[in-house]
Amino acid sequence: MKKKNFFLRYPGFTLFAILALLIVLAAVFAPQLTHGVNPTKGSLAEAIMPPSAEHPFGTDKMGRDVFTRVIYGARASLSSTFILVVVIFVVGTFLGILSGYFGGVVDAVIMRLADMMMAFPGLVLAIAVAGILGPSLRNAIIAISIVSWPKYARLARSLVMKIRHTDFVAAAIVTGSKTPYMLWKYMLPNTITTLVITAATDIGGMMMELAALSFLGFGATPPTPEWGYMLNEGRSFMQSAPWMMIYPGLAIFVTVVVFNMLGDNLRDILDPRNDE
Amino acid sequence: MALLEIQHVDISYGNRVTVTDSNLTLEQGEICSIVGESGSGKTTVIRAVLGLLPGGGRVSAGDILFEGKSLLGLSQKEWRALRGHDISMIFQDSGAMMNQTRLIGSSFVEYIRTHEELSKQEAWKKGADMLARMRLPDSDRIMRSYPFQLSGGMRQRVGIAMGMTYQPKLLLADEPTSALDVTTQAQIVRQMMELRDEYGTSIILVTHDLGVAAYMGDKIVVMKNGRIEDAGDRGHMLHETDNAYTQLLLDAVPSLGGKRYV
Amino acid sequence: MFDEKDIILEAKHVTRRFPAAGGRELTACNDVNLKLYRGRTLGLVGESGCGKSTFMRFLVWLDTPTEGEIIYKGKDITKLRGQELWENRQHIQMVFQDPSTSFNPKMRIKDIVCEPLLNYGRIKPSEKDAKARELLEMVELPGDFADRFPHNMSGGQRQRVAIARALALEPEIIVMDEATSALDVSVQKTIIELITRLQREKGITIGFICHNLGLIQSFAHQVAVMYLGNIVEVMPGEIVSKQAMHPYTKALIASVFDTKMDFSKKIDPIRGEPPSPLDLPTGCPFQDRCDRCMELCRRERPALHEVGPEHEVACHLFAKGGEEA
Repeated sequence: MKKKNFFLRYPGFTLFAILALLIVLAAVFAPQLTHGVNPTKGSLAEAIMPPSAEHPFGTDKMGRDVFTRVIYGARASLSSTFILVVVIFVVGTFLGILSGYFGGVVDAVIMRLADMMMAFPGLVLAIAVAGILGPSLRNAIIAISIVSWPKYARLARSLVMKIRHTDFVAAAIVTGSKTPYMLWKYMLPNTITTLVITAATDIGGMMMELAALSFLGFGATPPTPEWGYMLNEGRSFMQSAPWMMIYPGLAIFVTVVVFNMLGDNLRDILDPRNDE
Repeated sequence: MALLEIQHVDISYGNRVTVTDSNLTLEQGEICSIVGESGSGKTTVIRAVLGLLPGGGRVSAGDILFEGKSLLGLSQKEWRALRGHDISMIFQDSGAMMNQTRLIGSSFVEYIRTHEELSKQEAWKKGADMLARMRLPDSDRIMRSYPFQLSGGMRQRVGIAMGMTYQPKLLLADEPTSALDVTTQAQIVRQMMELRDEYGTSIILVTHDLGVAAYMGDKIVVMKNGRIEDAGDRGHMLHETDNAYTQLLLDAVPSLGGKRYV
Repeated sequence: MFDEKDIILEAKHVTRRFPAAGGRELTACNDVNLKLYRGRTLGLVGESGCGKSTFMRFLVWLDTPTEGEIIYKGKDITKLRGQELWENRQHIQMVFQDPSTSFNPKMRIKDIVCEPLLNYGRIKPSEKDAKARELLEMVELPGDFADRFPHNMSGGQRQRVAIARALALEPEIIVMDEATSALDVSVQKTIIELITRLQREKGITIGFICHNLGLIQSFAHQVAVMYLGNIVEVMPGEIVSKQAMHPYTKALIASVFDTKMDFSKKIDPIRGEPPSPLDLPTGCPFQDRCDRCMELCRRERPALHEVGPEHEVACHLFAKGGEEA
């Protein structure tokens, strides 16, 4: 009974949660959805063919089925985005909490590092890092994490600082609570709701950044199906074979919108101000 | 004719009645202390007199008469003539009532110019004079200061000075000393007593401090849970009353050289 | 009444300075010397900014003095670190002023009062419920409050919980920072009664910070008056009203509004305002507001010296022994 009421109370969240789940399932069951077609193999004889019954999204310059590549592309995009968001979340939160709790030198060092990262235009720095480390999805994730953790760190830090000098924190320390306990039981819970909301709403943006890097050639490498890279591949064929860009582009668009809306609705549910 | 009469007043927020059957009569030159603990409704009553009940609050029964005329249902124009001129109010933190980004003098000038037609220079001079009359040292420096540059006690005295500019007949004081140190509180209390002695101002003082209430008040009213528990002149309330709650409050006030726990 | 061998904690020449803008220094505590006697209450009185809270926070290691030492159990506790510091926390606990901010809003009462015990491994998590009830009963609260959240209780009830939490580790000393100032006066009385009862039963030493001289002299065995970071007078609680000597103490007494006072007497407040603790003047801190200030007062800071049994004053007006200079 209670579960039913929850989903009825938040129709927006329910809708986008279902859509997000569908996208994830599509990635998981890619082989079934594409009837076992190999996304990395194609015959040149079938290259650059417009959408048809056999190839619903047409074929690319290597003769590969675009539909299959789009579906399999979900795997690369979703998994790398999730890993990226988790990395930024964990690193940023950890450093932010330390910074806010200990203050002094620790705070100064971490914040100056954050300032340095934020002083660079994000994508440019990411390109530089990816350029130095070499193109791969893994390096793209590293590059974007390096420039993106400051936002979470600052947020975590300010949330920690709000309670750091309250009486109840002092009382916990006076009654013998040790530092790891304070960080885990007092500081982290005070930050987690806001940070989870931030991460959820960032999924869409991070996906775009990864796709952008891949599009520029600093992310996914062939023959991995990945939407950003597929946009790159389709660029020279924009006029003659638009389906090579339209469908991956649409996939990015739909996925980003769905996750953005999901994050937005999640905020409405979790927003501490709506509590009690 | 009494200066102020509160007759069988009920105050409600929406449908909820928070103050019931409030009665009070104040003569010219009298000081009345309203005492109560949190939730007693004392602040609500005093704000109702000046028509300052926050969001949705209203007098739902009874009447409040000032010099025989009802204060309920006055127009904005009538209130503007009344507030500041005949009835003034000072708050617990007068500093917070002022615009923190403007000089005291600037706020004071604006206050004066809403009440009479004066040029800025004339209004400034009047303000500085008023501060000097209230025995504030170095009134010119105060006019040129921001609220945060003054101490709490000084801000209260400025608030009193502003409230007294037009020598109102009635001064409403809502916990004017609660946020102050004891020595500053003593200064403010003395100043308020002098207002009565020099200008004949009547004062209604709302406080939780029984000692201050007893010292200042010719009359004392005790409120609890939105009702008047007990009322009477000082002598009666301190020595003769047999109201259980009043006695409970009196007993709880520690006395110098009085009963000790150890 | 106060025996040398009963001194449980002694502060010697404790000073706390903070760097302030423009190279100046804020002196919160200036050469403070105080003794706490076993099983007795020391009341520390002063107005806002006098340094009383700063001083008491040294006792629970929430801050460290710039100079001086605080001797407890034969050691200078200001020098303790790490494990030794953590061990010693069990002996000195604190009750905070504002019951609405001294508890984690997300924790239930039973978690709040048992947290100290779990921190030191004195109980197992399974014993929380029983122990919480026991502690609540000690402060006269019904056992089923254990499952409530702090915001579902009144100010007085919350302060009782704060006292229960401070008692959980069975400390020798409890510091109470204005523990009754945020409460209604009738509730205040019941809390003072609770505190004095617990002290009698358990022999706890209490350091009580208060700005209300009238209140503190009614239940403190010893009263210390602080002005601008300096201790200006120390005396037994029962003689405060009659034998106070320091002009500031007398001014505080004169500022007390008592329901039993003589109402025809005009209030004579001291003039002026407390000066800033930035750049303290040389000489007596009270010089600008004292109506008996002498030239000596502006040159030399008076030290605390004895003027009667257990009665010390820091004032040039009184020579040793209590005669007027």
